[in-house]
Amino acid sequence: MAHYPTRLKSRRTYSWVGRPLLDRKLHYQTYKEMSVTLEHCSTEIHIQVGQFVLVEGTDNENPYVAKLIELFEDDLDLFSKKRARVQWFIRFCEVPVCKQHLLGRKPAEQEIFWYDYPACDSNISVETIIGSVRVIALAPDEVIPMDLKNEKTLFVKLSWNEKEFRPLSPELFAELDKLQEGSPRCQKPVGAKTKSIESPSRTTAEHVVKRIESRHSTSKSHQTPTHPVTPRARKRLELGSFPRTPNTRISQQTLWTSLDSPKRTKWEKVFSETTSPSKRSQPDALQTLSPALKAPEKTREIRRSRAEENKAASRECHVILRARVPALKTTEISEKTTLTPSEGGKRSLVAPFVILKPEKIKKSSEAKGPDAQGEATSTTHRIRRKSSLLTLNRIRQQLRFLDNGESDQEDGEFLLAAEVSYSSNEEEEAYTPPLPRRIPCRVSRNLRSSVKSSLQTPSTIPKKTPKPRMPCHATPQIRSRNLAAQEPSNMLEEARLRLHVSAVPESLPCREQEFQDIYNFVESKLLDHTGGCMYISGVPGTGKTATVHEVIHCLQQAVQANDVPPFQYVEVNGMKLTEPHQVYVQILQKLTGQKATANHAAKLLVKRFCTQGSSPETTVLLVDELDLLWTKKQDVMYNLFDWPTHKGARLVVLAIANTMDLPERIMMNRVSSRLGLTRMSFQPYTHSQLQQILVSRLKHLKAFEDDAIQLVARKVAALSGDARRCLDICRRATEICEFSCKKPGSPGLVTVAHLLEAVDEMFSSSYITAIKNSSVLEQSFLRAILAEFHRSGLEEATFQQVYRQHVALCRMEGLPYPTMSETMAVCSHLGSCRLLLVEPSRNDLLLRVRLNVSQNDVLYALKKSEGPQKPGV
Amino acid sequence: MRWFPRRLRGARDPEDIVAGGRGAGAGSRRKSLLFNTLSPLLPHKRKWRNGSGRGRREIRSRVGAGGGRGGRSRKCARHAGSSGVSLAAAGEAERTTRRRDPAKRFPQCLHPYSALGRTSFSARGFQFVEMSSRKSKSNNLIHSEYLSQVQRILRERFCHQSPHSNLFGVQVQYKNLIELLKRTAIYGESNSVLIIGPRGSGKSTIVNHALKELMEVEDVSENVLQVHLNGLLQINDKIALKEITRQLNLENVVGDKVFGSFAENLSFILEALKNGDRTSSCPVIFILDEFDLFAHHKNQTLLYNLFDVSQSAQTPIAVIGLTCRLDILELLEKRVKSRFSHRQIHLMNSFGFPQYLKIFKEQLSLPAEFPDKLFAEKWNENVQCLSEDKNVREVLQKHFNVSKNLRSLHMLLMLALNRVTTSHPFITAPDLMEANQLCSMDSKANIVHGLSVLEICLIIAMKHLNDIYEEEPFNFQMVYNEFQKFVQRKAHSVYNFEKPVVMKAFEHLQQLELIRPMERTSANAQREYQLMKLLLDNTQIMNALQKYPNCPTDVRQWATSSLSWL
Repeated sequence: MAHYPTRLKSRRTYSWVGRPLLDRKLHYQTYKEMSVTLEHCSTEIHIQVGQFVLVEGTDNENPYVAKLIELFEDDLDLFSKKRARVQWFIRFCEVPVCKQHLLGRKPAEQEIFWYDYPACDSNISVETIIGSVRVIALAPDEVIPMDLKNEKTLFVKLSWNEKEFRPLSPELFAELDKLQEGSPRCQKPVGAKTKSIESPSRTTAEHVVKRIESRHSTSKSHQTPTHPVTPRARKRLELGSFPRTPNTRISQQTLWTSLDSPKRTKWEKVFSETTSPSKRSQPDALQTLSPALKAPEKTREIRRSRAEENKAASRECHVILRARVPALKTTEISEKTTLTPSEGGKRSLVAPFVILKPEKIKKSSEAKGPDAQGEATSTTHRIRRKSSLLTLNRIRQQLRFLDNGESDQEDGEFLLAAEVSYSSNEEEEAYTPPLPRRIPCRVSRNLRSSVKSSLQTPSTIPKKTPKPRMPCHATPQIRSRNLAAQEPSNMLEEARLRLHVSAVPESLPCREQEFQDIYNFVESKLLDHTGGCMYISGVPGTGKTATVHEVIHCLQQAVQANDVPPFQYVEVNGMKLTEPHQVYVQILQKLTGQKATANHAAKLLVKRFCTQGSSPETTVLLVDELDLLWTKKQDVMYNLFDWPTHKGARLVVLAIANTMDLPERIMMNRVSSRLGLTRMSFQPYTHSQLQQILVSRLKHLKAFEDDAIQLVARKVAALSGDARRCLDICRRATEICEFSCKKPGSPGLVTVAHLLEAVDEMFSSSYITAIKNSSVLEQSFLRAILAEFHRSGLEEATFQQVYRQHVALCRMEGLPYPTMSETMAVCSHLGSCRLLLVEPSRNDLLLRVRLNVSQNDVLYALKKSEGPQKPGV
Repeated sequence: MRWFPRRLRGARDPEDIVAGGRGAGAGSRRKSLLFNTLSPLLPHKRKWRNGSGRGRREIRSRVGAGGGRGGRSRKCARHAGSSGVSLAAAGEAERTTRRRDPAKRFPQCLHPYSALGRTSFSARGFQFVEMSSRKSKSNNLIHSEYLSQVQRILRERFCHQSPHSNLFGVQVQYKNLIELLKRTAIYGESNSVLIIGPRGSGKSTIVNHALKELMEVEDVSENVLQVHLNGLLQINDKIALKEITRQLNLENVVGDKVFGSFAENLSFILEALKNGDRTSSCPVIFILDEFDLFAHHKNQTLLYNLFDVSQSAQTPIAVIGLTCRLDILELLEKRVKSRFSHRQIHLMNSFGFPQYLKIFKEQLSLPAEFPDKLFAEKWNENVQCLSEDKNVREVLQKHFNVSKNLRSLHMLLMLALNRVTTSHPFITAPDLMEANQLCSMDSKANIVHGLSVLEICLIIAMKHLNDIYEEEPFNFQMVYNEFQKFVQRKAHSVYNFEKPVVMKAFEHLQQLELIRPMERTSANAQREYQLMKLLLDNTQIMNALQKYPNCPTDVRQWATSSLSWL
């Protein structure tokens, strides 16, 4: 193996190449490329995002291999501001010895494995990067070439997930394969699909497309969808922002190809302009409070200067490009998405091009220089400023977006522009990587060693990334599937996906007021460095937990913007505990990662919250299903609400429960007084709100008749006002619609009839059908019960009494004499269905029988089934 | 197991026997699992009771020694488990032994024990002699081989819920379920559904069918995890969680053991489910049998969490609950209920008699892959004939009237099948009629038949007391007085027993649970004055008396009227 010079041997300087791209969401600057200069020689190594790099490790012979995903500057980290996010590869020698046999063959010398282990830390310091390397992906049936002159070429064939070696998944393979496409050695077979796009002599148009795309992606470099986790939130947004039906996709495709080379330069310019408004729309909005008005202006500007079809295409491609979602993709589109990251890698091999590129971008942005400048200054300004005014703006902005969403039916022209800005804006928001505090287990690979530090400042990782890829404990994980889940193929399936309760929208419609109240409460506590309690009540399915989650999400964004001081967020759910005192254990574990018994945890928490200055930042604690934390002494509740009152505790408790008067009903005075009077109750949704929720989820997806939506909204509002129920009914209705529709290709709209059927299915009582379908003896036994009730005037009878009636009835109707055993069997059968309420059968003849259905229902059911010739009793 | 003997004696139908102490609601939970553990106790129990009668122990011991076929039929009886059935088994065993030992044939035919089918037994006995003399030995051998196969195939069909059997009349529900499962398995959509229907309506069958079909779909089988839970086995969330962990084979499972406390397990599983997402993790299908019992767990923690996962963007799961309770939704706590998707699939046995006949035919027919085509053809022809026979139809109609449950049909067919032997290779209409008689037999009447005359007299005295005092409870002293009145005035055939002897008889009745104390027996209470209630209906007593062998006429007269001695 080659000996890689490390930093110790020769001093290196690392510098960014190209203009920083400020990502507003994350509040750090991302770069597309960096250069490494060795001190002695003047050679510069340029490393771009998407390339494979060697990362310094414990072993100089075998440095770590990784693929660069993102380069960014992190101000929070004191030691190394330049940081990179990578996807790791693992060498065979790094696989634990005890598991090496799993490979089942001798590894090739230069073989590495895709490291498919999400828990490992992918955030490294740039200074640990040694240099670039070539990695070639091989199909499972290919043989690794043994005699290679170039030692810097590595081969990847399998992935390793700490448990087993697996062949690379097809998508991954295609992606990796494309990365090396531009390299000299590309005579190897490429997958049929990729070939059709990549290998044929590229027409200029196609070339343009790719270039544009890559350009676009450079402007949002960190968004390149190499990370498997990302697309989720974004997809939802896209769905909300633009109607994506197959024909728009096709028209878009044709537009792409119709662009010919003469227009190319012009086109590029158009594009760079059209992207900018959306990019800048947020700071604009923050400055002028009117993003929706400014965005259309921009587009109008363009319209003035450009030909008609160009403009249309630009707008459309603008939207399409950001919709890099595998979800609703026909194959062409998905091909494009995977192309995006490949561009970077390819270019990096063609040196002049690489260096030129950033300049190009700079030029295009310089075209509207003042604008860009303004942007930069305004943002920096904004970051420094610390006032709640901005957050107010934020809220207002959000509210306005909701309004936009509402008004979009009326206003077509305006809508598009507004929508575009909305989506880009939201997209960035949605792009926050999952905040480490919420999922501490994913934060760092070496969680055990630096639990506390990594929790406080997740990015401080020792420069040397040691060997922490092994899981310390058993990881809680369901095994992942080999075959990716299928994506919805028609409109109804799409609708079903969006109507699933799990598909939480970016912002909850109809809960603006509650959102704002909770937000203001928590924010004020954060700004004041104090603590407090808030009690939130409401019947199930009114969006309590979802609203609080949204508040926390927004606050976390605000933390990124330095608008509010950072805070720790802990969530516990009474229903997810085995026992009330376990709440201490959970809180402690989520706060510090420590494990302790309930008593010990309680002591530690008391120490933490009740001694002054022990907690450097505020803790926001969400206690869901509060009523389950009730104990006889109420010590758990007492503690939870007592801690915030201590000086220096800096604890904000948000307690959620169903009943409005819980504090009065079950809490002792000393507990309810500590809870305070900050209360909020979520009213059940009204029918118009439910309708709005449904419409906002189904935005632009014409799967339901308007009447049908209104019907279900009214039905549910009359019943419970539970949004979950509403969504479930709609989902069921789409299924019924699909089921009833014979032609598989073109399912129709969901009509009122379908919805009624679904409602019927879910809410109709089954007692009457059960009686109708019961056997003759069972029916006559029910009749005997009615007769007995009638005779005695009571609503209860012993089995013996009913049996006598039953025998008489059977004689009258010409049925054979029912024996006691048979009748008892019938009785217990009806009892097990809960048509009857019966005592335990050891009472035998004396067991008491009662009807669980109203007598009228029984009579009705019996009459219906028997017809007029045998009337009821 | 303290409750067991008492339960047994009061047993009225097979389902009840198994019910154990669960009470009437849970009363007839019957899955083979429980059944197997309890069944070995049954024959023993019976033997003990019958021993009180007249000399049946002898037959019993012979049944035990019968070995071979006799042993097997007893095993069947064990499966069926009702008093009627055990009698039937004994009857059959008796016949087989009889055949082996012709010398003993006649005395046994006259034995009171075979009162049920006395005439048919003896008639068949003669038939057998004739037939065996005509038939060649080799022919007999082949037949017996096929017959044992037939019995094996059919018994498997009747006793096990094999997913290979056909579904009857639930196509719509099945389609609904399989679509739902497919959406979870293929699209990763989370779902929850309840399958509701009375016992024996095919809930488990439909689920097993659907899972089997799902697993046959390519690429699904290795991508789907299944977790089967049963409310009777996982009686609390702690056990249930361990079982889930074990079945999912998560990383804290070592071998077959799950480590960690309840709280740890819970958070571990929740974390595991939370870490998954729709597209990349394996869908998990949870099947909760006896779903209503899970609703009784503390706080319904398990259900809440399962439904919560199914309604949030975590690992895709499908929760399928099976229950026979129609009011299941009322059992769920409001938070749990809100998270449940309210999908319900109802299985209601909604078929009519013609379809029932068809099911009967289908259940009894031999499959096409039976080794001997000729025999299978003949058998199936016979089944076809049976289904057209008037008597058989009557029997089935009667059975259908009592219960639409397919399991009870299986029981009937099983009893009929037990009659099939080499000499009697096909099921006939009388077989079915006999089986039906056994099925619908009153279990208490059988006990009364085995009582002594003194005990019968006591019961009659109680009956009169009931008539006089209108169902008010009585004590021993009252019964004894009533009995004394009868003996002194009228009785010629009944010996005037001493009081302690009568007391002993009274206690025996209590042991048989024909009478029942109103309160718990305390040690220092005087037994003579403890209040009791009779657990027999008047009609039952009269019916039993009519069939009671060698009943003295004056006793019979006394039974019809309390004033007959005047």
